[in-house]
Amino acid sequence: MDFALSDRAAVFRADVKAFLAEQVTDEVIGAMHESGTFNDRGLNGALADAGLLAGAVPGYGDRDPVELYILFNELEKAGAPYDGLAVTMLVAGVVHSVGTDFHRTEVLEKLITGRHNCCLGYSEPDHGSDVAAITTRAVRDGDGWVIDGRKMWTTMAHESDWVLLLTRTDPDVPKHQGLTMFLVHMDTPGIEVQPVATMATERTNATFFDAVRVGDQWRLGEVNGGWSVMGVALALERGVMGGTNPAVPLLRHVRAWAETAPSPDGGTMIDDPLLRERLARTAIANQVGQLLTLRAAWVAATGGLPGVEGSMAKIFASEAYQQVVGWFQQMAGAEGLLGFGADGAAGNGWIDYDARHAPVTTIYGGTTEINRNNIAERHLGLPRTR
Amino acid sequence: MDLGLTSDQEAIREIFASFFADRAGPDHARAAQPLGFDPEGWARLGETGAPGMGVPVDAGGGGASLADLVVVAEEAGANVSPLPLVDHTVTARLLAGLDAVGDDVVSGAAVAGLAVRPATGGLARSVPAGAVAEVLVALEDHRLVVVRGAAPGEAQPNHADMPIAHRSVQDGEVLAEGPEAVAAHARAVDEWRALTGSLLVGATRMAIKMAVDYVSERHQFGRPVGSFQAVQHGLADLPGLCDGARLLVAKTAWAGDRPGEGVADMGDNEVTDFAALAAMALVFAGEAALRATDRSLHYHGGYGFAEEYDIQLYYRRVRGWAQVLDDPARECRRLAGLLLNDREVD
Ligand SMILES: Cc1cc2nc3c(=O)[nH]c(=O)nc-3n(C[C@H](O)[C@H](O)[C@H](O)COP(=O)(O)OP(=O)(O)OC[C@H]3O[C@@H](n4cnc5c(N)ncnc54)[C@H](O)[C@@H]3O)c2cc1C
Repeated sequence: MDFALSDRAAVFRADVKAFLAEQVTDEVIGAMHESGTFNDRGLNGALADAGLLAGAVPGYGDRDPVELYILFNELEKAGAPYDGLAVTMLVAGVVHSVGTDFHRTEVLEKLITGRHNCCLGYSEPDHGSDVAAITTRAVRDGDGWVIDGRKMWTTMAHESDWVLLLTRTDPDVPKHQGLTMFLVHMDTPGIEVQPVATMATERTNATFFDAVRVGDQWRLGEVNGGWSVMGVALALERGVMGGTNPAVPLLRHVRAWAETAPSPDGGTMIDDPLLRERLARTAIANQVGQLLTLRAAWVAATGGLPGVEGSMAKIFASEAYQQVVGWFQQMAGAEGLLGFGADGAAGNGWIDYDARHAPVTTIYGGTTEINRNNIAERHLGLPRTR
Repeated sequence: MDLGLTSDQEAIREIFASFFADRAGPDHARAAQPLGFDPEGWARLGETGAPGMGVPVDAGGGGASLADLVVVAEEAGANVSPLPLVDHTVTARLLAGLDAVGDDVVSGAAVAGLAVRPATGGLARSVPAGAVAEVLVALEDHRLVVVRGAAPGEAQPNHADMPIAHRSVQDGEVLAEGPEAVAAHARAVDEWRALTGSLLVGATRMAIKMAVDYVSERHQFGRPVGSFQAVQHGLADLPGLCDGARLLVAKTAWAGDRPGEGVADMGDNEVTDFAALAAMALVFAGEAALRATDRSLHYHGGYGFAEEYDIQLYYRRVRGWAQVLDDPARECRRLAGLLLNDREVD
């Protein structure tokens, strides 16, 4: 095995690092946690202008998935607002792989300017893990379609130009065979977005569709072929687009805190043997998270579909993150409870923030249990349980 | 970047996978108890050239890289082979680096072993291959010494049925002194960490396979126990741990083949330093192996506890490999010193 980046990838990484060092200021990071919207169009646009974005569309342009991984890994490590960008580039990748020329001109070309966003409309109030059971209806009406229903957890809907919308077009066939995917412009009459607050700083939404009319040209993929479009989207999502190194910024914050925080046992916390052990264990988990993600990217770069590898990376990184956050929050004692803006907050509130954010990482993007089912069936070859 | 094996490594893997399975597998491990060494298997291994494979060509060896050696070690671990190949390899490489490796060590005619922890008062305690090493290298008081002569041939009774013994190094011949001695020993122990990490990866891989095979065959309540989701989910995290450990071991070997080039920047998760990676690899591979053998034994039900089933061999052996050097928590504290770069580490 060779763990050195290609010269090209190394140059790309250096460019991304230099860009982020300049652009991801404390103000940018502060604004994201203030607003709850982990998306910064100024930053996205600047990335595009610097020529760093077009390569981030999976399969598009001449960047390989290792470089795609580099971009999102560097954004994640920098603590930058990148959730909106990741989803947007994911949709760009889906459009690139299954869209029409119309979709490419109308959507893809705009997305890669960094000045437009997309969101994902899969989950519904009553259907999450079993996403193929969704009930939002799309009914043919002349040349177009009429859509009625509700979506839940449509993160970035309030920032987005389009939603990638999973609908039911045939309720009378097995659930996977009656789904159709659309790209729907968020300005279309009949769409309403309501904010949903979370226990961390991030905001998400509930989205309502009431007799929303769309032309057939906005259909993505075949009628009743929505599940295969989902397959493309899920394969692109898993692993490479951030989310597998959340404990890297945490480790920086913990270290900064520990180097000055007095220990109740005397000295500073950085000399506490248990803290040192746990810093090392976290650094190990961060390396493993990186390697499992790189492996998924490498599988994709060499022509494979890293479904199982992505599940492994996601389970490992999110479970490890939750464990280490719990350690450090407790080790900081009362100060580990204090949040942004509090006087004396451990890590200036970042430890509290990570402890609030961590629970969602084993839920969104496919829960740990759904990923375990995937590995048990497709990797270990055990019987289906559903 | 290339995360696959080279075609040469793939060939090496195949050769040694069948060698260990045929000549030094779980049945041989069981027969070799309590010493944990099969002289017949070792003699056969000598015929393959494996004992000198990692010794540089100009010292008469095969000139293999660490990246090649971890491939062999994984197959030895997968078979819980009762052969001290890792100890022998790192000791032979250490001796070769000091122009002190003899033909007997390169050929494997004499078994070499390393006291991975410094000796004190002329005694090296709990040496991993101490019971069988005829050429034993130890560090004491900044002096690297070698002791040659018959091995005791008897192990201290131990959890893992490894050839662990205490050895006197009082009358050892001095190979090196001062910083050179310390550095040579540290490098050899880091190689030991990497290769032992690979033994653990192999054992982890096999523990998972044994579990999957067993739960697919074993029926209760009219269905395979592997069809219960609780059982599936207890197994589903293990392949990620195994693959993660293998990647970390491989990265460690890669870094070890390029000495002096690495960095250890935990704030950026950029770690290419051999010593830091070696510590990580042993700790993480140990953790993965403990988890995998624990789950695998558990899902064998009562049979997992029975002497007759192989999983108990793996369960005990991996605990030996994972902690014969030190408590993993202390390894982590040592690693923290390397990552924080704020105190002397020896
Ligand atoms: C902050 C946030 C942002 C999100 N953003 C988006 C977004 O942008 N777009 C979007 O479409 N969705 C989004 N989601 C939704 C997310 O994908 C779902 O929450 C997730 O898929 C789980 O679905 P659920 O919440 O309905 O839980 P459920 O499916 O009801 O699951 C409840 C529990 O049961 C377990 N479970 C379910 N099925 C099984 C099974 N077969 N075997 C074992 N256990 C099972 C689950 O693992 C979970 O622990 C977001 C969610 C959150 C919280």
